[in-house]
Amino acid sequence: MNGASLYPRLEPLLAQVQKPIQYIGGELNAQVKAWDDVAVHWALMYPDAYEVGLPNQGLMILYEVLNERPDALAERSYAVWPDLAALLREHGVGQFTVDAHRAVADFDVLGVSFATELGYTNLLEALDLAGLPLHAHQRDETHPVVIAGGHAAFNPEPIADFVDAAVLGDGEQVVGDVTDVVKAWKAQGRPGGRVELLARLARVDGVYVPRFYAVSYGADGAIAAVTPIRSDVPARVGKRTVLDLDEWPYPKTPLVPLAESVHERMSVEIFRGCTRGCRFCQAGMITRPVRERTITGIGSMVDQGLRATGYEEVGLLSLSSADHSEIGQIAKELADRYEGTNTGLSLPSTRVDAFNVTLADELSRGGRRSGLTFAPEGGSERIRRVINKTVSKDDLVRTVTTAYAGGWQQVKLYFMCGLPTETDEDVLEIADLAVEVIRAGREASGRKDIRCTVSIGGFVPKPHTPFQWAGQASAETIDARLRLLRQKINADKRVGRSIGMRYHDGQPGIVEGLLSRGDRRVGRVIERVWREGGRFDGWSEHFSYARWTTAAARELAPFGVDLDWFTTRERTQDEVLPWDHLDSGLDKEWLWDDWQDALSEEEVADCRWTPCYDCGVCPTNGTEIQIGPTGRSLLPLTVVGR
Amino acid sequence: MARAPEGPPPPPTVQKLRLRYAKRGPLRFASHRDLARALERALRRARVPMAFSAGFTPHPKISYVGAAPTGAASEAEYVEIGLAERRDPEAVRAALDASLPPGIAVLEAVEAVEGAGSLADRIDASTWRLELPGIEPAELAEAVAAFLQRDEVTVAKRTKNGLRDVDARGAVASASAGGTAGCAILTMVVRQVTPAVRPDDVLAALAAVADLRPPSPPRAVREAQGRLDDSGSVADPLGPDRGARTRCQGEHAAV
Repeated sequence: MNGASLYPRLEPLLAQVQKPIQYIGGELNAQVKAWDDVAVHWALMYPDAYEVGLPNQGLMILYEVLNERPDALAERSYAVWPDLAALLREHGVGQFTVDAHRAVADFDVLGVSFATELGYTNLLEALDLAGLPLHAHQRDETHPVVIAGGHAAFNPEPIADFVDAAVLGDGEQVVGDVTDVVKAWKAQGRPGGRVELLARLARVDGVYVPRFYAVSYGADGAIAAVTPIRSDVPARVGKRTVLDLDEWPYPKTPLVPLAESVHERMSVEIFRGCTRGCRFCQAGMITRPVRERTITGIGSMVDQGLRATGYEEVGLLSLSSADHSEIGQIAKELADRYEGTNTGLSLPSTRVDAFNVTLADELSRGGRRSGLTFAPEGGSERIRRVINKTVSKDDLVRTVTTAYAGGWQQVKLYFMCGLPTETDEDVLEIADLAVEVIRAGREASGRKDIRCTVSIGGFVPKPHTPFQWAGQASAETIDARLRLLRQKINADKRVGRSIGMRYHDGQPGIVEGLLSRGDRRVGRVIERVWREGGRFDGWSEHFSYARWTTAAARELAPFGVDLDWFTTRERTQDEVLPWDHLDSGLDKEWLWDDWQDALSEEEVADCRWTPCYDCGVCPTNGTEIQIGPTGRSLLPLTVVGR
Repeated sequence: MARAPEGPPPPPTVQKLRLRYAKRGPLRFASHRDLARALERALRRARVPMAFSAGFTPHPKISYVGAAPTGAASEAEYVEIGLAERRDPEAVRAALDASLPPGIAVLEAVEAVEGAGSLADRIDASTWRLELPGIEPAELAEAVAAFLQRDEVTVAKRTKNGLRDVDARGAVASASAGGTAGCAILTMVVRQVTPAVRPDDVLAALAAVADLRPPSPPRAVREAQGRLDDSGSVADPLGPDRGARTRCQGEHAAV
């Protein structure tokens, strides 16, 4: 029977696996609806471990939006660890949802949210565990429609063989449109089978159905053309954009797991989109324009969320939270409201700016000042001009010193290595900066026990950014530069012990690079890696670089391309990129010009405060920047726990 | 340089409540840490006026007593909470029960009586009930008899520091077999010793002495905790507080 619970068969298996709590569901604010009461059943999957996937805002939002519809239900599923996967196969139990433990194969739609491309092997594992054919063209009308979403869906070509569709942009409204289409098709007796359903979905704004587009390749290995094979699908698929965030106050009742998760707090998204124009940042490019939630909208979400969850901490989430036009007032009024209630407030993702220290001081009023994080991203002023994240060394040191003087003991600085045009010298300047920060910090605070942690990630060029044409730095280059940096930090005995360095080696970044800018030919590599046991590629204990390079060599050779071709090779202006038919709104010529500006170290200002620089998003999508200030303030409230 | 948070110290504890709660159904897979997190959040949602520790990261005053292992259900878990304002124990019980996820039920709440002894001192044994699907009652009875005849049954137990030998027999005060065809039930009273002897260890001992090997994982429920008395039964650890409270009420009535 469709929708029946697998729990009785699952329970004996759970007694034999690590952390069984992650598979039982029953989180506070989870919902279970009767199967037969609704027309359309959605399984929403986050293709990583429960502890990572549960706090994901996107999945939580869609879960609520769908469950609010009387004609739909949504349940959640997460990647199962290899210990349980082996038992599921042995006992013939399929990939399941955690809410009512229903078989994923029973659902009408399987929506998978990709925050990172490293989840692709977990997609294949879930499809296989669910008993679904791996390849989209082998599925029939009895199988769920598999839809990819999330930032990685802006180039779904590497998984084009495995998904039926990809959704571009904000999900809140498009999930409703998809539900309507599936509902009507089912009510009519599934006319035309699966192909007709997919054709109808392909006509929904923001939905891309890869099978309706043919890709041809030139003699040089690059794409010659991507052509629609039906007259009723668009030549280019545009993204969806939700306007007026106050109308979408989700999640209203955030899920609270019993198990430990990576974010032990609730989050309120204070704005979406970013026009700072950091050239490496895919999130900032594909989520434009900036749309702020108002101060009153934020205030009521914080209040309602705390009441619904009992969390002790609220993160004010966005791509650059201090940029909200009313952030000073928001910080002050929330701090006033929750003072003395043991409720913590935090601003993740902060730019290097003295104002951010003031905000952090306000939010931590009376509490412990343990750590502050800043992201200069580039080690030298020169490289920061290349990436358009301009901050002078003096400003950076001044900002961090202010933090130490204000009682913050630990400052974390985020950097990237392997940026376009980068030299050893650019990376070594990170050490100079850290030393200067500690020296000035000791002086300003009069303390010797302050610490600075330098955290460094390898840069991966992403689609729909000015760096989409860049050659990625090789793993060897990254590893060599990080080695030099470590030597330099350790060489200074007086301050070196106050500086921590955290980094990852360059190999996973190369695989991420392959999957980010890959085309449909990369699908074979993913499939081979999965068949050879590849799972949880975002986890160092499961990741195997050799498995990826061997698979890439074998599967790409017949096409005359290789791993380097997809990663370290710089693209030319006339090359057809695999995602050119997917429209983030950004004008390709503007992206190219910005890439050229990057190479000549020229900056671009934020269009929120300076005139429009014609990136193309607003006119293409009929959207507009939505920012305050509104002039409103938070109303006094009776507060939880006071 | 020692630093202290700004502002006055937190208000002191004015009332201690002792709670008995159950973890049931799928929630048996919750670990002690999972339950502790759930309880703290539920206390906030239920707006229980908790007392907090002083310092930069104040913690609510909660003490846990002998948590059941992950995978075991329980009808008798105990916790003591410190309140900064006095509350009716039954009102706190009801509010907390309503705030917890399904599968965790707060069954009783009593006010701790000063000088009547700590909760931990009143608990040194557990009554366990183990369902063994696929095992016949007679089969289990035979194994239990063989086990009880021994003075000592050593089993290897996985601890933080690797495998360690423990005597499973010594910790078992009593054990009996029952149940129905196809599902035997083992009922036993196990002393809380160090290192702990858990239902899994007793099952390992039954496998060792009588080759009893359930085809699927047994389901364990802790039915009671308390002090093992001379008659071999387990006394209610909230009894002394309940008794004292009744006396208090009696005194008030007399005034």
